[in-house]
Amino acid sequence: MMRKSRWKIYNQTEFYLFIVLIVLSTILAFVNPKFLRLENIFDLLRNYTFLGILALGQLVVLISGGIDVSFTAIATVSQYIMGVIISKYYIDNILVALAIPIPIGIALGLVNALLVYYTRVHPVIITISTLNVFYGFLMFITSGRWIYKFPPSFRNFVQIKILSFTSAKGTPYGLSILTLFWIIVAVMTWFILKHTNIGRKIYAVGGNLEAARRAGINIFRTYIFVYCYMGGLAGLASFVQAQLAQIIQPNAIVGKELDVLAAAILGGASVFGGSGTVPGAILGVLLIAIIKNGLVLMRIPAYWHQVVMGAIIAGAASVTALQMKFKSRRMVRKNVD
Amino acid sequence: MEERISHFLILRNINKNYGGVKALEKVDLDIMEGEIHCLVGENGSGKSTLVKIITGVVKPEPGGKIEIKGESFEFLDPLTSFLKGIHVVHQDLSLFPNLSVAENIAIHEHIMKKSGLVNWKRIYEVADRVMKRLGIYIDPHIQVEKLSVADQQLVAICRSLASDAKLMILDEPTSSLTSREVERLFSILRDLKSRGISILFISHRLDEVLDIGERITVLKDGKKVGTFRKEELDKKKLTYLMTGRELAFVRRSKGLEKKVPILKVENLTKYGQFENVSFELHSGEILGLIGPRGAGRTELALSLFGMNPPDSGRIFVEGKEVSFKSNRDAIKHGIGYVPENRLTQGLVLEQSVKNNLVITILERILNDFRLIDEERKNKVAEEMVRKFGIKTAGMDVAAKTLSGGNQQKVVLAKWISTAPKILILDGPTMGIDVAAKESIYRLVSKLANEGIAVLFISDESSEVTANCDRIMLMKNRKIVGVFKKDEISEEELERRIKE
Repeated sequence: MMRKSRWKIYNQTEFYLFIVLIVLSTILAFVNPKFLRLENIFDLLRNYTFLGILALGQLVVLISGGIDVSFTAIATVSQYIMGVIISKYYIDNILVALAIPIPIGIALGLVNALLVYYTRVHPVIITISTLNVFYGFLMFITSGRWIYKFPPSFRNFVQIKILSFTSAKGTPYGLSILTLFWIIVAVMTWFILKHTNIGRKIYAVGGNLEAARRAGINIFRTYIFVYCYMGGLAGLASFVQAQLAQIIQPNAIVGKELDVLAAAILGGASVFGGSGTVPGAILGVLLIAIIKNGLVLMRIPAYWHQVVMGAIIAGAASVTALQMKFKSRRMVRKNVD
Repeated sequence: MEERISHFLILRNINKNYGGVKALEKVDLDIMEGEIHCLVGENGSGKSTLVKIITGVVKPEPGGKIEIKGESFEFLDPLTSFLKGIHVVHQDLSLFPNLSVAENIAIHEHIMKKSGLVNWKRIYEVADRVMKRLGIYIDPHIQVEKLSVADQQLVAICRSLASDAKLMILDEPTSSLTSREVERLFSILRDLKSRGISILFISHRLDEVLDIGERITVLKDGKKVGTFRKEELDKKKLTYLMTGRELAFVRRSKGLEKKVPILKVENLTKYGQFENVSFELHSGEILGLIGPRGAGRTELALSLFGMNPPDSGRIFVEGKEVSFKSNRDAIKHGIGYVPENRLTQGLVLEQSVKNNLVITILERILNDFRLIDEERKNKVAEEMVRKFGIKTAGMDVAAKTLSGGNQQKVVLAKWISTAPKILILDGPTMGIDVAAKESIYRLVSKLANEGIAVLFISDESSEVTANCDRIMLMKNRKIVGVFKKDEISEEELERRIKE
């Protein structure tokens, strides 16, 4: 599959995304030269790390033929528990802070996996339910209180840069350490999907569930992996979001489901399962980042952003559907030739 | 000679009950090493239950015995069966359309391996080795969904070879292959046989069974009629053994003498699909359209039904030129179309038989408030079941529970009840058994005698020569010959299709 992409690059969704990305960036650079400054680009990468990590998790779920919309609630719950622990016991250790939300996310993902596997109800229904259950519990217990008194290590971590520069005006800027999280998760996800058995099984299950079952693939284990991976990444993403915001609000994350789905689908993942790649999911997020950033730079009112996002999802999904249609046409032709 | 060849699989006294129904009763089966063994029987005769027992998907009733290469089992489970080398190439092929050819072939590298990492080099090696063994080449990097059905089937066969198949069970492997592809498949099967691999070949196509099979086991109503050597059988005898009746395919007697052209096609062309097609269809006539798969038959039929707009040419219905924008227009002009694939295009499988039957005539079962009148619906549906002789457990059971032949009758009934003047039947007897075929022929003949013009698209020379008043031969997107009934023999037609 990989080798194929080398000689048929124009056949790949990623190629077209990349072209669109270049074209849009060029237009934006003309409208507002600030856009192409390294400062702006680094800011973008930092601010979209949260979305980027979630989109990679969603990608894996979509490839398996499932979908998870509960990840915002999972992120909120794991973020809140982390916040309570580190502020109440004043744990001044960033590694401990980082280690809390991930297992919580995995545990909540496990709930999704079990429900999806045993009830055989469509995952979109299951995860809408768990979204409400997880979120509802959290709101009931916390009554929506905010957390903002964090130990210094938590406050300072976000300032760390892995590349530093100084602008012409003398203000320092650089590539945030948070972006490194996105890069690591991307490499890890790519490796899992491409080079591990479980990764290939995820593609197989999403490609033809019945065939996977007949071939002896353990569907249960595959689902557990997929939903727990999404859950764990939701936990990690919630850490990133808390770092950026430096405040934990139970209602800050829920509502971002659409952006993440849009990014994954834009990147070529199909809601019917079996397709999607890591480069696609990254390009999908970048595209959304650029579009949103462009809208801001062009001073377009915020309500229009929603309109644009909706249009992008509809557009991307239609393109994928059209590709499927052409594919099946070609199949018909192939069959008769 | 018998002593030299040893048994691969022995089944003795296999029984299986579903509820109170005996799906299999005292069935014995022997499969030798390196033998091509065919399994035939009408729908519901127990073929699939027997396969499921061999593959360990269902357990037989206690008291039976299964022996694989001398090792005895009371029953098998899927893993044991698989590890003993019993592999099924399912009718739907069970491939992963989104994965590459190599990965599909070597899928068990992912499943069986203890290490969590993929060894891509090994996957390509396995695929390469197996394809070389079969003497075929398919680009191992290409995604399976981009292959033709025939190539996909080869991939499925390669997959079972890759995991060391000793007995390969092929379920209706030829149902969507062209005759040339069938020949290629058969030569591969013979090659596998010469390497000591046993093959259990399940098919409705008796010609093929008699061509490829060495021994043929016939099942009927869950019981084994017998196992016969190929030399002992011919098609007629095999039909008799399967159905218990002498099904002399009644040749259709002369159709209506008075010829009224109802559909006229002039120079119809759609580039890449069919070219310069001209013909007339008369009311009360059955016009056969035969040719190798890929000749453009289905594309032509869809154009006549308004679903595939032609590039040029003219269509006349009852003397008036028409131009269909959609199939709604075609239906308005009295054209009905029964698609090739009744399962995906002709029926709503999960819905009741009743709902499937009335779907084309909802207008007729509305009450004064323009809502569906349940009583009228029941009455209309029951009438159709009676008229078409549909065998069903009830009006409310899901259409998927019917046998293939009866499903086909539901599809026919639903179109015929719209009172079409022209009926296009695309492969109406594909994948159904002989007895069901015969009742479809009768039904079509009766419809023609009532004045309906029928365009009968088929793969089988025997059925068009027996049932059609005229036969059009289509090859490479063109009509290459039109024959009157009795002008051409089955063998001659077959020869012209293949040449």
